[in-house]
Amino acid sequence: MKIQEADAKSLLLAQGLPVPPWEVARTPTQARAAAVKFLGDPANATGKVVIKAQVLVGGRGKAGGVKLAASADEAEDVAAQILALEIKGLPVRRVLVGPAAEIVKEYYLSVLLDRSTKRLMFIGSAEGGVEIEQVARENPEAIVYEHVDPLLGLPDYAARELAFKIGFGPHWKAGAAIAKGLLKTMLANDADLVEINPLAVIREHGAQGTPVERLVCLDAKITLDDSALARHPGHEALRDLDAEDPADVEARRFDLTFIKLDGDIGCMVNGAGLAMTTMDLVKRAGGEPANFLDIGGGAKSDRVAAAMRLILEDPNVKAILVNIFGGITRGDEVARGLIEARAQQERDVPMVVRIVGTNAEEAGALLEAARFETAATLDEAAAKAVAAARGTAA
Amino acid sequence: MSILIGRETRLVVQGITGREGEFHSLAMQAYGTNIVAGMTPGKGGQTALEGTVPVFDTVAEAVAQTGANASCIFVPAGGAPDAVLEAVAAGLKTIFCITEGIPVLDMIPVVEEVRLAGARLIGPNCPGATSPGRAKVGIIPGSIHREGRVGVVSRSGTLTYEAVQAMTDAGLGQSTCIGIGGDPVIGTQFLDVLQLFREDPETEALVLIGEIGGAAEEEAAVWAAEHLADIPKVAFIAGRTAPEGKRMGHAGAIISGSAGTAASKVTALEAAGFHVAGSPTELPALLRSAGYRG
Repeated sequence: MKIQEADAKSLLLAQGLPVPPWEVARTPTQARAAAVKFLGDPANATGKVVIKAQVLVGGRGKAGGVKLAASADEAEDVAAQILALEIKGLPVRRVLVGPAAEIVKEYYLSVLLDRSTKRLMFIGSAEGGVEIEQVARENPEAIVYEHVDPLLGLPDYAARELAFKIGFGPHWKAGAAIAKGLLKTMLANDADLVEINPLAVIREHGAQGTPVERLVCLDAKITLDDSALARHPGHEALRDLDAEDPADVEARRFDLTFIKLDGDIGCMVNGAGLAMTTMDLVKRAGGEPANFLDIGGGAKSDRVAAAMRLILEDPNVKAILVNIFGGITRGDEVARGLIEARAQQERDVPMVVRIVGTNAEEAGALLEAARFETAATLDEAAAKAVAAARGTAA
Repeated sequence: MSILIGRETRLVVQGITGREGEFHSLAMQAYGTNIVAGMTPGKGGQTALEGTVPVFDTVAEAVAQTGANASCIFVPAGGAPDAVLEAVAAGLKTIFCITEGIPVLDMIPVVEEVRLAGARLIGPNCPGATSPGRAKVGIIPGSIHREGRVGVVSRSGTLTYEAVQAMTDAGLGQSTCIGIGGDPVIGTQFLDVLQLFREDPETEALVLIGEIGGAAEEEAAVWAAEHLADIPKVAFIAGRTAPEGKRMGHAGAIISGSAGTAASKVTALEAAGFHVAGSPTELPALLRSAGYRG
């Protein structure tokens, strides 16, 4: 689960990482109040505030979602503009307001899971502020990698080594401490990814107005492990419902894995690999899948009925393909769920059902009695569903 | 012969008294797997599976009393990493973890302990393995198999059943079928299984079933190109139509930017001499055209 920048920064701050101050505003008036506070802060070297849209998509800046303001009036105006935006289809409901930093140098630092080595790994670079994928393409030598010991974590010496390799110069101590802090944030929250880009040296006014430089987390991106959400009760509140399809919420309630896609053939499958395969075969047969839907193992008829409702909520769906390979899941349970769901559905959409494996014979008899269109093989089922969506015979 | 499991397997089931554990243990037993012990803390001294199997409080005790040499874990996600550690501590070298939904950070130190102990963990979030006619460990339906000489390795569950059923229907039997699991951190990777199959004199052809996410298929392909050049091998990759940045059901099935795409895996496998199928039902015919005569 991805979380917004402001929430990610809160998690960093809770682990003692240096993050410049910020406020979250939901209205232009709130943004104004925050701006007044930061414009009056004697440490603010630029005399400006930055206002950033809180949406879970990349390219906020290019879309006009990140702007500077030099006065409270301007901050209110800018916040009003940003809060009216829709960025890549997502409405902006919150903005982050903070002092506009005077950036001296930008770095990149992240910790993530390296699947090949089955370890966590730091990625760092002195070329921050741009996408790390771009640095990897254009200047791969500028990237530093450091694995985290699975039993020891990141000892001090390894954190220092990482800081020196990245090249924080006089800020190496802060760099090493931040690396340790990012790992702590990851472990404390069961994150998959903690990414700071930029990690920046900024210039502020110290006492008597003398310039002071320090290394801070200017932006933050954190992804949380969905499998661990249950043991972090506070994290559910960080879910950005705008970044999800409403169907996702309904799917979670019934223990279904549902991902909406753009096509017109609804798919209902048991097992993730088979669900992906079913989508692929729909495409191969000349159709477009409307969704990924895994009803999981051992689904009973109520879960099947819920899955059917989810598929039918999408007005684009013109045909439905049900593909079940019964192992733990019993074919007759699925068939009963389908019959029940069809009796209740308001929209008449052609359906092609293929059920094999455990209790497939009972399922077949039930489906035949209820006059469902069935298919023996996966490829046949895909072809029939595509034909049904087009209103032609397979 | 087979790999990982066989007639010599003496299995202890951790979590045998749970609903899933009991259900699948009965199916394993019916298939002919020698389940010598069950383990559920606090239920030591009882019996499971209709009185046929003694239950112990600890894995160490189960091993000492019954000579168990492999474990299958049906413990819920909160306790499963600990269950793996207990099996390792009891000296077991072959451990299957079926459990789904284990937080990934919990598995990192566990797979390291397994490695340091010289043990082998299959899974988590895997369906287990079957050596047709000999033993099955896990949840793969026994009915889909046929004895033979094709080694099957997959990241998936039901998709594996689909492919295996297609092979069985076409008369192509299997030496061992292994589901390695759909999580981002798993004990045994494609590459490890290919190495085991290479050492198995009874495995004469290979089926690899992968999916989007990670680079394990690519890593296996590089090794196979060098070490499995003369063996017929076919593959199927699920997720050609999966969108970027979404977890497709399996925690590990996610395309990140340009990494982990089906196209990258298909290209790597084809370059290594795998014939890549467009549908799992094509695998048997493709295996024949790759030169398999079994």
